[in-house]
Amino acid sequence: MSNTVLKVTVWRGAQEGEFVEYLVPRNPNQTVLDVVTYIQRKLDPTLSYRFACRVGMCGSCAMTVDGVARWTCRTHVSQIVKGDSLEIAPLNNLPVIKDLATDMREFFNKWKGAVGFFKGDKSRYDDFVKVEPQSTERKLADAGIECIGCAVCYASCEVVASRPNYLGPAALNRAWTLTNDVRDVQQLDRLRAVAGDEGCHACHSHGSCTERCPKKLEPTAGISGLKKLVARAAVRGSKWGKL
Amino acid sequence: MGQVMSQGVLQAKLWYAQRISAMVLGLCVSIHLIIIFYAIRGGLSAEEILGRTQGNIAFALFYEIFVLACFVHAPIGLANILQENFSKGFISQGLSWLLAALILILGSTAVIGVYSGGNI
Amino acid sequence: MRSRPKLDLRAKSHLSYFAYVCHRFSGLLLACFIPLHFLMLSQSLRGASGFERYLGLTDFWVFKFGEWALVILLAIHLVGGIRLLMIEFGPWRGLRKAWTQLAILFGIACGLLFLYLAN
Repeated sequence: MSNTVLKVTVWRGAQEGEFVEYLVPRNPNQTVLDVVTYIQRKLDPTLSYRFACRVGMCGSCAMTVDGVARWTCRTHVSQIVKGDSLEIAPLNNLPVIKDLATDMREFFNKWKGAVGFFKGDKSRYDDFVKVEPQSTERKLADAGIECIGCAVCYASCEVVASRPNYLGPAALNRAWTLTNDVRDVQQLDRLRAVAGDEGCHACHSHGSCTERCPKKLEPTAGISGLKKLVARAAVRGSKWGKL
Repeated sequence: MGQVMSQGVLQAKLWYAQRISAMVLGLCVSIHLIIIFYAIRGGLSAEEILGRTQGNIAFALFYEIFVLACFVHAPIGLANILQENFSKGFISQGLSWLLAALILILGSTAVIGVYSGGNI
Repeated sequence: MRSRPKLDLRAKSHLSYFAYVCHRFSGLLLACFIPLHFLMLSQSLRGASGFERYLGLTDFWVFKFGEWALVILLAIHLVGGIRLLMIEFGPWRGLRKAWTQLAILFGIACGLLFLYLAN
């Protein structure tokens, strides 16, 4: 392995544009984020991209690397490079603002659309709600709550690509964790939100979300849980009321 | 809102029906595969088939359940494929209903056929 | 100038997606075959000899190959389907990749068994 230069093709433009090739010196401990940063600082200052923590905590640096959505700060070039080439593009399924930066609004709007937010009915004057950490519901919720909204799963999902209104794995996973939150008071609204035509039943368990999640979360599991909950609610009614 | 919700309820019921029929089919297909392998030894003739099925009420019931499960399972699957790759419109729904009708009618006819052996 | 890239095969090259494609493809072909299968079987209404005449129509190698392929597709669809039922109704144990491997092996096994047993 005596290549000293990487041939990196990077998407430039927005919805329309082109791939432009840059030559980047190769280092032993290089991440893809290092590569993008080098291009912007040394070769072409007009390149737009996002990053923040650069240590795999924030999810801002997610991009499509050789066709696969990844966190670029956690992707070592040596592990994925093909020969001496690399292809870097913005995340799929999201509108491109410029170059490698995408418009995340629809991703977060769908989170809201799935009622992926908490609402309780206690105030600071009430006693704490006691939630048993080892209870079935809490363990199910805990399995999915580490999501940081990086959109890698959303960008990997073929159903999102083919159904623009599909809520997507992240939103549905968050909704699932909240259906298992005994303190939340919006469960019926939430069930209705994820039952819609573009809700959980549009998922065909391709598993790309689970395969690609950098935090090893499993939206497929959460969505399967929602499918059962919603189906039972549709047929027999749920513990929170009729659908 | 009411219409959106009824769509959601419909999707949920279709999903449920397809999975329940899938469970029934899991059993039926497993048994059917065993029957196939048993029956094809040394070739398969009409005499042999009818020899086993004619007058056999157990076979008739088994295969009619099989037909009914297919009648639920396959059209829903086809509808999903058509709606995802073409439009949600009239043709997708129409083809699914057509498949449902073909399975129910031809399938039940087949069950009656092999049960009666032509003697109705 | 071209359009921005879309999800392509590189994003879908993993076992679970492959399992989905096999399941969908086998299901679609089976759905097309089943009405014809029922049509053939309903010829039994003509009695044994009438039925035999129609069965004889399938003596061409194309039909024999089709029967063999359909048994394999049925086997794959069955095991792939059980995999989905495990994912959706069973205790969560990941994407059940072992079931995908089983589906392929079972499909091959049924294909071989069919060749061995058939005339």
